Amino acid sequence: MNPLLYILQQVINAVALGSLYALVAIGLSMVFGILRMTNFAHGDMMMVGAFATLLLGGVGLPFGWAVAAGIAAGALAGILIERAAYRPVRGAPEVTLLLTSLAVTYILENLGILIFTSSPQNFPVPDWMNNAVQLLGGQITFTQINILTVALTGVALAGLGWFVTRTDLGLGMRAAAEDIGAAHLVGLDVNRLIVVAFAIASGFAGLAGALWAAQSGVVEPNMGFTPLLKAFVAAIIGGFGSIAGALLGGYLLGALEVFIVAFLPSEISPYRDAIVFSLLIAFLLFRPNGLLSRAQEVKL
Amino acid sequence: MSRAATLLVAALVLAALAAVAFGAPRLLGDYLGRVLIVICINAILVASLGIGNGFTGVFSLGHVGFVAVGAYASGILSLPASAKSAYLPDLPSWLSGWHLSFLPATIAAGVICVVLAFLVGAPLMRLSGHFVSVATLGFLIIVNVVLVNADNFTRGARTFAGVPLETTLPWALGWLALTLLVLARVAYSPKGRAWRAVREDTIAAQAIGIEVLPTRLSAFVIGAFFAGVGGSLYGHYLGSFSPAAFYFAYTFALISMLVIGGMQSLTGAVVGVLLVSLLSEALRNLERGFSLGAVTVPPLYGASQIVLGVVFILIMIFRPSGVTGDLELTLGRRR
Repeated sequence: MNPLLYILQQVINAVALGSLYALVAIGLSMVFGILRMTNFAHGDMMMVGAFATLLLGGVGLPFGWAVAAGIAAGALAGILIERAAYRPVRGAPEVTLLLTSLAVTYILENLGILIFTSSPQNFPVPDWMNNAVQLLGGQITFTQINILTVALTGVALAGLGWFVTRTDLGLGMRAAAEDIGAAHLVGLDVNRLIVVAFAIASGFAGLAGALWAAQSGVVEPNMGFTPLLKAFVAAIIGGFGSIAGALLGGYLLGALEVFIVAFLPSEISPYRDAIVFSLLIAFLLFRPNGLLSRAQEVKL
Repeated sequence: MSRAATLLVAALVLAALAAVAFGAPRLLGDYLGRVLIVICINAILVASLGIGNGFTGVFSLGHVGFVAVGAYASGILSLPASAKSAYLPDLPSWLSGWHLSFLPATIAAGVICVVLAFLVGAPLMRLSGHFVSVATLGFLIIVNVVLVNADNFTRGARTFAGVPLETTLPWALGWLALTLLVLARVAYSPKGRAWRAVREDTIAAQAIGIEVLPTRLSAFVIGAFFAGVGGSLYGHYLGSFSPAAFYFAYTFALISMLVIGGMQSLTGAVVGVLLVSLLSEALRNLERGFSLGAVTVPPLYGASQIVLGVVFILIMIFRPSGVTGDLELTLGRRR
């Protein structure tokens, strides 16, 4: 096989995977930017989105509408969790916020097990989505799901970009991320901004969940946990709290994972996740503010 | 009486209990005996977790990584040579021809964890807040990936079996007594005050001459030793286990015990283990479904964890320092 085409194929795979990581990482980073909160329950919005898509697709809703409902369900779940669990502990030490979100993820995953059992369930998608697209006589292949993933991610990102630069709410959200106290001082409704941030972040995760399930073909209650951990890595690589950073980190991480498996010897590739999380630790130690910021001294 | 002295007394009482415990299995019955062993092991793990996370304020999510290393290391060491050739045919020859008995294997597991904790902690203890939590979570994942892939030593994701069932109630109680004794002695010594000073205000601590990194590292390493010991006890209690046993679910279980009990005191750790264990045992029996007269409640798997999670969140909202706060159970007057 032509090595150039092989590399091109891996780049396509990396973009498809990186889009999903970016979708999850952006939401994680938005919430962190405003609340300084590492939201472990963010991954479970993927589970909510995927199950909602599955249920509504199951009662005959067209797939597109079912995915839209999945996004809405993710957003709604995010808003409810913010109101019920996170608002009462707002302003508490970082660790309290982190632990609360850990408890929320524990509750949601077990709620998923209670309702849907812990075994994976089939996630049916329309036939056309699994069709392979073959270029150059089959040397480059990808599925329609890959195209859809990249396209929807692009649309979501463009929408977010418009929102945070062109609307009052979006500008307010960025102000709150800069300095929440000052945002309050100049009369912004911080509660409303936080709810909007959670809705967008969780809606993105709901979309990522539906796409993830479409790609893997199954949904299960703990499906969000591994992508969440990867999204942490992506967000921290790019600079935790920055939307552009999360985007960059998501695609870099997707590329790294695909290339580890594609180009490293088969004795090393099973250690992919160990390499990824070593990288996370290295970033936390040496560039805790990510690639997009100037290096800072490590504080004790 | 000072806190250290009273905790010492409490530990001695536990040691006396351990002596009594030699007769306990016959008195308590098998089920209760097993529950008690698990409670003791969890108390060792939660108390040692509390040293780093509560006293030093460096909230690690990687404790279970050390527990896993302890369980596997002591399991490999104590597996009889014949079982080694059956289960682990690819083990290097320097490990395969011999085995250790339970006590030395457990101490070795603790020592291995100490060495690992030095290597991991020296860089990671520089971090604070959520950064250290995420980084130690990374450590836990790395340990899991290595255990799953190092087939020659661990049988990979398959069950690691054949570990002698040596953890009896006297062993578990004895180790718990020793753990509490050592931790109490250190936590209420000048070293322990340095831990809390670093937690409350790193800059003020540095100003009075406390070095932050070695202080945090000492707590991390001591915690890791007892995590390794607890891991060995757990391994020799289960007999067979896989890497999945030492991952997020167990991490959350230990953290919920610590946080519900109160992470700034050793009493809190033990109280948390007791409360959560009793709650879980009670709920687990309800979860299987039951009937009250005409009403039949179907099995609700997952319900007990949901209740536990809700209790956890309520504690975070209404009593973030846990049931005991920073109070120790003392026999004399509290100072």
